[in-house]
Amino acid sequence: MKESESTVKIDYSRRSFLKKASAASAGIAATGAVSGFPMVWANKLKDVELLHVGPSYSVIQEIADQASKDLGFKIQVQTAWTDALLTRIANQPDTVDVADLEFWATKRIWQRGNLQPVAIREIDLWDKIYPIFSKGEYPNGAKVSTQGALPYEVQYASGPGSKEIHSGPTDYATIIPTVYNADTLGIRPDLIGRPIESWAELLNPEFSGKTAILGIPAIGIMDAAMAVEARGDIQYGDKGNMTRAEIDQTIEIMKDLKSRGHFRAFWSSFDESVNLMASGEVVIQSMWSPAVTAVKTRGIPCVYQEMKEGYRGWGNGMGLMAHLDGLKRDAAVAYLNWYLSGWQGGFIARQGYYSAVPETARDHMSEDEWGYWYEGRPANDNIVDPYGNLMGKAGEKRDGGAFAKRMGNIECWNTVMDENRYMVKKWNEFTAS
Amino acid sequence: MSGARRISGMRLERVLPYVQVMPLAAVLLLFLVVPLVFVGLLSFWEFDDIQYYPSFTLANYQELFASPLTWKLMADTITFTAVVWLLTVLIGFTCSYFLTFHIRTLRVQILLLLICTIPFWTSNVIRMISWIPFLGKQGVFNQGLIAVGVIDQPLEFLLYSDFAVIVCYVNLFTLFMIVPIFNSMVKIDLSIIEAARDAGANSWNILTNIIIPLSRSGIVLGTIFVVTLVMGDFFVVKIMSGSQSANVVSAMKNEIDQLYYPPAAASAMLLILIVVLMITLVLRIVDVRRELVQ
Repeated sequence: MKESESTVKIDYSRRSFLKKASAASAGIAATGAVSGFPMVWANKLKDVELLHVGPSYSVIQEIADQASKDLGFKIQVQTAWTDALLTRIANQPDTVDVADLEFWATKRIWQRGNLQPVAIREIDLWDKIYPIFSKGEYPNGAKVSTQGALPYEVQYASGPGSKEIHSGPTDYATIIPTVYNADTLGIRPDLIGRPIESWAELLNPEFSGKTAILGIPAIGIMDAAMAVEARGDIQYGDKGNMTRAEIDQTIEIMKDLKSRGHFRAFWSSFDESVNLMASGEVVIQSMWSPAVTAVKTRGIPCVYQEMKEGYRGWGNGMGLMAHLDGLKRDAAVAYLNWYLSGWQGGFIARQGYYSAVPETARDHMSEDEWGYWYEGRPANDNIVDPYGNLMGKAGEKRDGGAFAKRMGNIECWNTVMDENRYMVKKWNEFTAS
Repeated sequence: MSGARRISGMRLERVLPYVQVMPLAAVLLLFLVVPLVFVGLLSFWEFDDIQYYPSFTLANYQELFASPLTWKLMADTITFTAVVWLLTVLIGFTCSYFLTFHIRTLRVQILLLLICTIPFWTSNVIRMISWIPFLGKQGVFNQGLIAVGVIDQPLEFLLYSDFAVIVCYVNLFTLFMIVPIFNSMVKIDLSIIEAARDAGANSWNILTNIIIPLSRSGIVLGTIFVVTLVMGDFFVVKIMSGSQSANVVSAMKNEIDQLYYPPAAASAMLLILIVVLMITLVLRIVDVRRELVQ
């Protein structure tokens, strides 16, 4: 990230033209066509309503409100977890305008043809998008781990009307990256009382009955694999795309642990994971970054522990539904561009997530916030989330350190395996055992 | 003239019941039969992990029947159902017995029955979730026992276990037993019991020869409620066992989440078949319709 620290100021022309567009729609400016929006459309723009649907960590009311204010048309939001959203895209595509999808989910649903690609030239800040998405590498040119559904591999579409994802760059994007993060295990340092530095600790008998992992099969098995590999039981070819034999071996190990009462629970919702940790039912478990924060805001010590084996990465992006056309599609594209323009990036940074265009997010953060969230520096002052909750006291550092260090240490990505169906079946067997 | 009117009147009489049953029939047809037919059709569709195609294949069923997991899940589901059924019948019958034979005034009876419904004033989910802080390691129950000195380590089996699932089911579903059993019990003519006593019957004889047989229809109705509720649940088993246990529907949910609709539809059809068989069996044993008319 060092190179982008130099203040690259982006002349965000899109924003100014959108202001013009909304002004025009309000009937203030009456000077012919505004670029992108013919006058007639600009007048109608204020009547446009877009429905943005996705998981609650990404689809946030405050962001939609700000976008509605800046863009001059109405953005409605609805939260739905990835599984529910996939079902909706598959069966009721007309009930969604903009789908907020994880990259692996995009890999799964794209072939249905219910989403449409976005031409790269429509996205003003495409060149500024963090290159793990657009190029599959870090800014210094180092390659990103290819285990699992590397966002780059899902990033490009063959073209309009095609149901295929293209490996390697084309002129069309599937979804436009928005938020992403590096996931690891959460621990209760007060109840463990010694340093934890390996995923193998998840399987350590010392914590028998005090561990939990995600009960969502596709992610749960990957956390299990991270731990199993760290303990040295299996050397996977690709944890994100296991063979049947690897799935069998992993599930056998997990079944054995389960029969000995090693796991306290398998959680499947955010609040379950918070309660398990806060109540002390478990001391080490799979967690999501804001869940760790939620435990901390209750005054209970909780660390999103950096592990030597690396993180499990994930990323979300926004996809346009195939039914969008004309003015509504233009509005949706404007919304995508607004999303990358910084306000949203600043907002989600205060929840511990990263923006697809870190430089614009920086414009919407104080120096101290940028230092704390992106550079891993100790906070000069108290750090608060967008709702005013204390996230870090002065002098504290973010768990896992700087952006480049965290994202630079992704071991595998959230994914859907080729043997997904077999894996779900084995997972059901594991749960029923 | 009058003859013709009589004929049309008779016709109306014959048609009227059908007209009366029409609204319900239409609702059931539209919202129960039609969707079920679609689920049934879907279970025969071809499926390649991502897309499914309208065609006819038995592959979904072949896979379902060939998998030992199917039968393990079914056995687990039926075990849960049997245990919960037994407990709810025992509790439901006892409560109804108390309400019917130990409370003399109708007003107090109704008042107490209403008290039984108080937990139902809030949602199922809330009632379920509230067991978690109660049964947990740091929960009220464990901490209470530790404070009193009965145990020195929290009892872990209380939460995220089959025990927790059953406690929750019983809490959620016992009322569905109490109400129908109470309803059939209050109809028992007290003079029959008096006559039995005069004829020398003891309390046990009265219970087994009079009260239980005459409460049958209530027990059967309650059974239908409880069996269908437990067999069709996935949420309680998922949350209260911490996903450590599974049943047919929770496995189905995992498939649906992955958009594996045809295989999920096949297991849905199997579940429906088994529940229908169980209910038929119960209704074979007791003719509820006849008993209700009595």
